[in-house]
Amino acid sequence: MDLATIFLSPTLWAMTLSLGTPIALAALGGTFSERSGVVNIAMEGIMLTAAFFAVFFSSLTGNAWLGLLLAVACGLGMGLLMAWAAVHLRADQIVIGTAVNMIAAGLTAYLLHIFFGQGSPSNTPQLPVVTIPGLAQLPFVGDVIGHQNVMVYITIGLFILAHYVLFHTVFGLRLRSAGENPQATESAGLSVYRLRYLGVLIGAFLSALGGAYLSIGVLNSFTQNMTSGRGYIALAAMIFGKWTPWGAFGAAMLFGWASALGYMFQGTSVPYQLVLILPYVLTVVALVGLVGRSRPPAADGIPYVHAR
Amino acid sequence: MNVLELKGITKRFPGVLANDHVSFELAEGEVHAILGENGAGKSTLMNVLYGLYEPDEGEIVLNGTPVRLSGPRDAIAHGIGMVHQHFMLIGAMTVTENIILGDEPTPVWYHRREAEERIRSLSEQYHLGVDPHARIESLPVGLQQRVEILKAFYRQAHILILDEPTAALTPQESEELFSIIRHLTQQGISVIFISHKLDEVLQIADRVTVMRRGVAEATLSARDATPQQLANLMVGRDVVLRVEKPPQEAGEVLLSVRHLQVAGRDGVERVHDVSFNVRAGEIFGIAGVEGNGQFELAEALAGVLPVSGGQLLLAGKAITSMSALERARAGIGYIPEDRSTEGLISDFSITDNFLLKEWQNPRFFGPLGLRRSVAEAYALEEMEAFDVRPRDPRLPAGHLSGGNQQKVILAREVSRSPQLLIAAQPTRGLDVGAIEFVHQQLLRLREAGRAVLLISLELDEILTLSDRIGVLYGGRLVAVVPGETATREQLGGYMTGATPAQEEGVVP
Repeated sequence: MDLATIFLSPTLWAMTLSLGTPIALAALGGTFSERSGVVNIAMEGIMLTAAFFAVFFSSLTGNAWLGLLLAVACGLGMGLLMAWAAVHLRADQIVIGTAVNMIAAGLTAYLLHIFFGQGSPSNTPQLPVVTIPGLAQLPFVGDVIGHQNVMVYITIGLFILAHYVLFHTVFGLRLRSAGENPQATESAGLSVYRLRYLGVLIGAFLSALGGAYLSIGVLNSFTQNMTSGRGYIALAAMIFGKWTPWGAFGAAMLFGWASALGYMFQGTSVPYQLVLILPYVLTVVALVGLVGRSRPPAADGIPYVHAR
Repeated sequence: MNVLELKGITKRFPGVLANDHVSFELAEGEVHAILGENGAGKSTLMNVLYGLYEPDEGEIVLNGTPVRLSGPRDAIAHGIGMVHQHFMLIGAMTVTENIILGDEPTPVWYHRREAEERIRSLSEQYHLGVDPHARIESLPVGLQQRVEILKAFYRQAHILILDEPTAALTPQESEELFSIIRHLTQQGISVIFISHKLDEVLQIADRVTVMRRGVAEATLSARDATPQQLANLMVGRDVVLRVEKPPQEAGEVLLSVRHLQVAGRDGVERVHDVSFNVRAGEIFGIAGVEGNGQFELAEALAGVLPVSGGQLLLAGKAITSMSALERARAGIGYIPEDRSTEGLISDFSITDNFLLKEWQNPRFFGPLGLRRSVAEAYALEEMEAFDVRPRDPRLPAGHLSGGNQQKVILAREVSRSPQLLIAAQPTRGLDVGAIEFVHQQLLRLREAGRAVLLISLELDEILTLSDRIGVLYGGRLVAVVPGETATREQLGGYMTGATPAQEEGVVP
């Protein structure tokens, strides 16, 4: 297969969308959290937790949607823990995020071993793949976006919603103010604590969706540490996307494209291991290239203390 | 008619009586100033009025009705607006977003256009000239302050509290603020103007209430009051507003600046070909409007900024290539413009701040490291000599008031008996009492035959203290005039470029 065939193959672009979706969801989650002023590096752990519980509850209830719902609930639990430590206890947010990630890695590996032994059941119900009538019939475009997992379409809908919420609603204005200048927010009669809790919880919700999609949308199983750094790549996508929903979406798709390319190169003369490191190399390049140019919310990561 | 009356307000904090039966009246369309030193109880009184503190005794009467205010939102609902000294603004957001935050016109969707239109018409009504979709961080401080004022009017304030409103403004911005205030009062807005600056209070206020140690000492009509009278009430004793400067012959040249060129931190040249001498027993004042190179000059002399051209001599020896530490050892003392970020390390104790320039002095550093008891004893001695309060050498420097912080810096620099002291804005933001103290110290150095380079934006300070005055305009020294005969008008002409540079004989 020559390069042109690879780049012109609709499979590459369909895979880009599919592999970019979990990263996009987590990146959007991080954006909400950091816009409210809480640095969130716990996307990885929340994704992993949700990925495990999605499989666990799907196979337990026999319904992928119930599995998704309960996985999101577990992700929100993690988010609540994080918000409580970051907002109420004013703990260092990097340390909390790291702790959440470590708890998630250990907990999911342990539960996997207890409940499923080596691997999760192969008959776990999955989120459905849907075909959009009309769109699916279009040449090329139809192959790329006409026939995808339902979560891909939900994600696109969520991004449209997120953009409007963040930049065109009163809630978005208030959330962003808490991340920029909590003193000014409080002086306007708003509760910074409440806004930051909401920011972290929305972040956890979206990250959990991304994690659940990985296990019951893309791969249909849970394996130990299956997120393999996607939460961190999402962090990079959030920064690369300058803390905006569409920026995060574009950056996540770039990473998805790099992963898809890795799969496409399997079986060609290009050592695919080299291509597989592309997303990670891209992460480093993106972050280095953006140093000093991408500006985080001014009060991002700084715990707020009530004046009185 | 009085829109506001505070009757016998008393507020106690553990160990402090912050307000002691303070009464205060505000008439409609009046500017009523509250004048007092730091810690006199002005802020406490305003926090009571703004609902932040509940008074222990007394009552607040608004438009003839007694009210209880249980928080800022309550105060705002009663038409009280406050512009804090430190603005509560979000730099990355627009003017409109900042103003409507918390009181958005619609519940869910934020309709930018309508909100902006409303802000625009408010801005026009009160002649504030604010662009509703400008980003806050792109606005100068003066305009940011007007956004804060608009915030109050957006919430229908008719009583406006301005807390030290000119502290961060340039003289021109202050003038503009005053004309805005006059316009507001014509529209029936009543203004409480909190300040510790005598001249501006007399300029803008109708009435002045002077506070000292939690007590309202007197309420005077601004028309009848004199600066001296207000200063005495404020400090509680006879204050010397203009220190006496005995005539004195200047000695040999201590500092010689020759064709100095300095680039600012952004690489742009700010000081062009400046030459002057400062002699022993002389105070050389540098006047100028902010941003004309005076602080780059100070930093270059102190060794903080590198010199890009020219020569510096201290008592005849070249110091051009010396580091800041070497210059300090050679006998240069330096009071930087910003005391809290450049003069002191706020988190360090007072003692450690004294040691900043002594870290190789064997008196304090023995073979086993810091001799803490020696250092603390020394710090305490200096604190007594300079009357720094509270007298606790272990207290973090950031916990001191501005005046006491400046005294620590003065003590540190003066105690090293410098040949030359560079004092950049040494009295910025200080009380009348503290200003008097700093001025006396500078004159004492002069008397002791040292050289003082005084850089100040306050023309009165330059005129009171200087033996000779140099004027910087656009980074050039456009004139040097004798302090005795200089006038405000004369200096103002040079400072704004209205009068061209002087001919031979006046230029150094």
